[in-house]
Amino acid sequence: MPETPLLSVRGLTVDFATPRGTARAVAGIDFHLDRGEVLCLLGESGSGKSVTLRALMRLLPQARTRIGGRVTIEGADLYALPERKVEDLRGKTVSMVFQEPMLALDPVYTIGAQIAETIIRHEKVDRAEADRRALELLEKVQIPSARQRLDAYPHEMSGGMRQRAMIALALSCNPAVLLADEPTTALDATVQMQVLLLLRRLQAETGMSVIMVTHDIGVAAETADRVAVMYAGRIVEQGTAAQVLKTPRHPYAAGLFASTVHAGWKGRRLDAIPGAPPDLTALPPGCAFAPRCSRRRTGCSEAQPPITRFADGREVVCIEALAAT
Amino acid sequence: MLTYLIRRVLYAVPIALGVTLLVFTLLHLAPGDPVNAVAGPDAPAEVVEQLRRAYGFDRPLPMQYLLFLWRILGGDLGVSVATGRPVAGELAQAFSNTLVLALGAALVGFVAGVALGGVAGRHKGTAIDHLATVVSLIGVSVPHYWLGMVMVIVLAVEANLLPAMGMGSGGLELLRHAVLPVLTMAVIPTGIVARSVRAAVGETLEREFVQALRAKGLGRGAVLRHVVRNVSPTIVAVLGLQLGYLLGGSILIETVFSWPGTGFLLNEAIFKRDLPVLQGIILMLALFFVLLNLLVDVAQAALDPRMRRA
Ligand SMILES: Nc1ncnc2c1ncn2[C@@H]1O[C@H](COP(=O)(O)OP(=O)(O)OP(=O)(O)O)[C@@H](O)[C@H]1O
Ligand SMILES: [Mg+2]
Repeated sequence: MPETPLLSVRGLTVDFATPRGTARAVAGIDFHLDRGEVLCLLGESGSGKSVTLRALMRLLPQARTRIGGRVTIEGADLYALPERKVEDLRGKTVSMVFQEPMLALDPVYTIGAQIAETIIRHEKVDRAEADRRALELLEKVQIPSARQRLDAYPHEMSGGMRQRAMIALALSCNPAVLLADEPTTALDATVQMQVLLLLRRLQAETGMSVIMVTHDIGVAAETADRVAVMYAGRIVEQGTAAQVLKTPRHPYAAGLFASTVHAGWKGRRLDAIPGAPPDLTALPPGCAFAPRCSRRRTGCSEAQPPITRFADGREVVCIEALAAT
Repeated sequence: MLTYLIRRVLYAVPIALGVTLLVFTLLHLAPGDPVNAVAGPDAPAEVVEQLRRAYGFDRPLPMQYLLFLWRILGGDLGVSVATGRPVAGELAQAFSNTLVLALGAALVGFVAGVALGGVAGRHKGTAIDHLATVVSLIGVSVPHYWLGMVMVIVLAVEANLLPAMGMGSGGLELLRHAVLPVLTMAVIPTGIVARSVRAAVGETLEREFVQALRAKGLGRGAVLRHVVRNVSPTIVAVLGLQLGYLLGGSILIETVFSWPGTGFLLNEAIFKRDLPVLQGIILMLALFFVLLNLLVDVAQAALDPRMRRA
């Protein structure tokens, strides 16, 4: 029997009810995450990366959202679980590092209290033990004079410190999966690097799996085992970091980073392709990228191309790739 | 927090002094000689002169102000022209009577306002929200003296359930007498508290940290606790302001219910041109506002660490 992956996503769709109609933010994606693996989600703004991450924790607002497909975490069907069981999962099995820690931390509680609260929520420990663990965590994420920082409020810390504290909070119950939504975008360039190195070190130490959303190809090159490129709510190409970043096969991915040499990737953002992403409430028939594609051919706008699976494991959604096999 | 407290208290001292200076100037800016006002228009010249010396009006103004301050500190606010009794005593009595109504109305306004606003904010955009909003809107729009009279007619005159006049003779009687005026006075604070709480709760629920709290596994109750803590400084500020208004006493309500409070006293002082009483009321209310502001600021700083820096 093949080992079940830690996390698997099959045909996930997310529709939002908006005043202008139904917006399909995620249009059927498939991927999986193995233990100890780091997956980077790349893609332009609005391509559905954050929505995908939130869907993996069942955090999207129930009233305005319709979710299709299947998400399984450690074998459990996430969207079939009762709310109570999902709450048990959040922060313990799967936890999240938010993009802007200043907004994601409660402003009127101390850092120590917020970390301790998480530990007490999931484990049978008293406050003293939780405080001790919180201190350990702050030391683990290399916050200087950690003991004083336990009693600090979010606004009393620098941006880098806050993100370290947020990471400590996310790691407080040793999650199997860490979701990081652009964890360094809000930080200064030098601090960005430190936080990334910290994340990579913690990942190696704990053996947890990570899904990281980023705009920065350099970050993906440096941290990812595998890369998935999203466009208009679909994964258009995924494979190992080496495959996708060095020899991208999908025209969108190729447009993003084919011509760039590795050294030039650092800090480069995904804004190289002319044109704008499509309106999610009125997606064009066929490939959503076709209107902007320089390698467009007949058939592109007729039907959504199927996933082409190459022998080396890479998956590409493009009729050009389909023709090549 | 302690340094903030000390700083804030010290900061209140010059404001309080400013208030006394303002009240002092007001007296001297008022048309006519203050002594004439005290003595009355028909007083003989030598009496006026005697009074002038007795009050120290013959001295230079700065000196007079210091004298005025000195008397206030000793609790001497002069003597009522109308009754001949010390102003301080009359004020203390009226103020404690108003305090009964004000605290009662603030309590009702707090409980009802937080309940209405909390439910509305929690269910923003739903039928429950609209209902709560309409109720609180009616609260702020209906003239409360009119509502007071309606309640008197229905509950006191027709149903004969509650007394509508005066304060009764203490204890349970006082409580029974206070019900109608307290409810009438609570209507506006309820509406205002409800609106602020609704806005604050709704806005807080949409903030990212609420998502983050859910993402760490907290259930509804635990998330709600965080929301309440975040909204509480706003509630304290709104409630403090409302209590300030209520303490001024309402001329209309105290007249409708014959409640001998500050509003009632103020009304009388104006009609009888009782300048010492008028001055005393203004001074005391202004100083009370200063104190209330101080308390609100300190409470807010205790509830929200970000405010301790300001
Ligand atoms: N709650 C919501 N209601 C309606 N539409 C939403 C909601 N959340 C996201 N969207 C829409 O879904 C689409 C995908 O958004 P998402 O935040 O996932 O993009 P992203 O890839 O993370 O972009 P960025 O790089 O800018 O963070 C966007 O068009 C966005 O407007
Ligand atoms: Mg995003």
